[in-house]
Amino acid sequence: MTEWLERHIPKMVLAPSFAAVLVFVYGFIAWTAWVSLTRSRLLPKYEIEGLIQYERLFNAPRWDTAMSNLFVFGTLFILISMVLGLMLAILLDQKIRTEGVLRTIYLYPMALSLIVTGTAWKWIMNPGLGLEAMVRGWGFDSFTFDWVINPDKAIYAVVIAGVWQASGFVMALFLAGLRGVDGEIIKAAQVDGIPAWRIYTAIIIPSMAPIFLSAFIVLAHLAIKSFDLVIALTGGGPGYATDLPATYMYTMAFSRGDIGQAASSAMVMMGVVFAIIVPYLYSELRAKHD
Amino acid sequence: MKYTAFAAVSAVALACAAPAAAGPEAEVLHWWTSGGEAKSAAVLQQEFADNGGTWTDMPVAGGGGDAAMTALRARVLSGNAPTAVQLKGPAIQEWYEEGVLADISSVAEAEGWGDVLPGSIAEHMKCEGKWCAAPVNVHRVDWIWANAALLEANGIEMPQTWEDFNAAADKLMAAGITPLAHGGQAWQDATVFEAVALGILGPEDFRKAFVDLDMDTLKSDKMAAVFDQMRKMRGYVDANFPGRDWNLATSMVMNGEAAFQIMGDWAKGEFLAAGKEPGKDFLCASVPGDGFLYNVDSFAMFEVDGEDKQAGQDLLAKLIVGPKFQEVFNLNKGSIPARVDVKLDAFDTCAHLSAKDMGDSAEGGSLLPSYAHGMALRGAQAGAITDVVTAHFNSEMSSAEAVQMLADAVANSL
Repeated sequence: MTEWLERHIPKMVLAPSFAAVLVFVYGFIAWTAWVSLTRSRLLPKYEIEGLIQYERLFNAPRWDTAMSNLFVFGTLFILISMVLGLMLAILLDQKIRTEGVLRTIYLYPMALSLIVTGTAWKWIMNPGLGLEAMVRGWGFDSFTFDWVINPDKAIYAVVIAGVWQASGFVMALFLAGLRGVDGEIIKAAQVDGIPAWRIYTAIIIPSMAPIFLSAFIVLAHLAIKSFDLVIALTGGGPGYATDLPATYMYTMAFSRGDIGQAASSAMVMMGVVFAIIVPYLYSELRAKHD
Repeated sequence: MKYTAFAAVSAVALACAAPAAAGPEAEVLHWWTSGGEAKSAAVLQQEFADNGGTWTDMPVAGGGGDAAMTALRARVLSGNAPTAVQLKGPAIQEWYEEGVLADISSVAEAEGWGDVLPGSIAEHMKCEGKWCAAPVNVHRVDWIWANAALLEANGIEMPQTWEDFNAAADKLMAAGITPLAHGGQAWQDATVFEAVALGILGPEDFRKAFVDLDMDTLKSDKMAAVFDQMRKMRGYVDANFPGRDWNLATSMVMNGEAAFQIMGDWAKGEFLAAGKEPGKDFLCASVPGDGFLYNVDSFAMFEVDGEDKQAGQDLLAKLIVGPKFQEVFNLNKGSIPARVDVKLDAFDTCAHLSAKDMGDSAEGGSLLPSYAHGMALRGAQAGAITDVVTAHFNSEMSSAEAVQMLADAVANSL
């Protein structure tokens, strides 16, 4: 009896969450896929009509804007957060005295909700209230920093706020990675008289490849599902210049009563996520087999 | 003895409670949750209670009704619709097509709604010839508000044509005053756009473009002229407009930072709340051009089971369109009554102008639904137009490109 229990308890404990995930994640993905093939408007309908919603989606200029914004935002957000995070981590790793305090300070933005970050940066970057007004108040009358209200630059304003929020977290990841590098190798390199920057570029950073991958995956999914930051910072504006796929989907589903269109955009978003996650999973699984 | 007395009292209490519970019942889903609106909703609630009804309030705040619509969708899908829901424009017919709206023709005919409501507004309340919703008010959208002192100081009259407006705006620019207070949110861009479109297209083409979605009108040279004027309007707003809320734009006019604002008559509430007087501190006029764009709030009645609830619907519908409620509610809300036979003595001069213009334009056939406020088109089409309007307003796009994009967007949304 006890043996039977021992063998089956893990399965029994996992069963409810497995069932819940099956229904609430995969079940609803299937439901969304189905609805994306219909002409659903206000309420879901279930007669399949083919790829009409996807045609509409790819004909909509607003969706193009949303996708290219995702590309710009995603690339810059991931890249800058990683570079800044790595630099902060390396600087903090120099065995300085107040490391504990500094680490907490840099990590703190992650504890804020994106709504707070967005609202604060909205005020900071607003030309009439924030940075621009302040610098002009100091007498530099030609100073302009109007990214948040400039349709061509607004997406970069979103990047700034996003990077501010996430780079401290990336720093913490890298710091843990740096501490995990074998000290003996570094000492050996130092004995050989190799300069510090070479130690970093040739020994430490290459040995942190898994950390880079984790940081990339975390940041990539933050970027793709990013919604609240844009809503709080620009509301998708000016115009729809800072629309992202997630805000597009929300507008279609909840403001415009166009559920089919929302479902098709959700499916495309999922496709983007898969394009990033699947190669990662594949490499992980293969590594285990080897 | 004590116990008998207690039992007797309880029995009486129960006897009193029972009929009240069996009276008319209504569960009302609405999004009137902010200051003046909440006060207006309370008026209806009170009147319903005075007539022996039991009101279950279901306010859902947020997103200009988006959150309430999400709640409604969930309730309808689970087969448990609220009794009455704040709905407006073609959304009423959209819900009717889902087969979930109730017929309130008996009340409407007994109360003679057909005689007291303007024809085009009555049409919004009907689903395939049957009454299915009750109108609460008429907001006029095509208003232009102005700071009286600023206009006087610069020798400017309220503009009668768009050329007048442009001349006045240029003069104000030269004097270093922002001519137009505007908030860069998509719906506000759309509000200015439809006001300009009404003036330049005229009522007939406005109807063709934004009610019938006639492709030739959408692609016409006149539509390009509308976008030309929008490009001019863009030059008349201050640099810091993106994302600004409409009431902040209104206070710019109030404080003399800007001269004009184009906004519906809910803006009047802001002026009045700040203690400003119409005609003295601020001026109201219809935007240049003929016609009247209305935004009518209404309650649609959903199909429900149980006599209590059906009685509640009938009572609610009767009260909403009743003259007393229409007067009290609209005094609070800044709009005018939907029924034309309500005495307007207690209303201000702007409301008088609105009521007079509504009557005149109803006769002239230029009483038109506002597209920007979801009265003329369904969500997907209205949204597609707004996307183009706001993209044009916030970029360097040419009018020709905008017209082409407008036609494409409308075709793609159907």
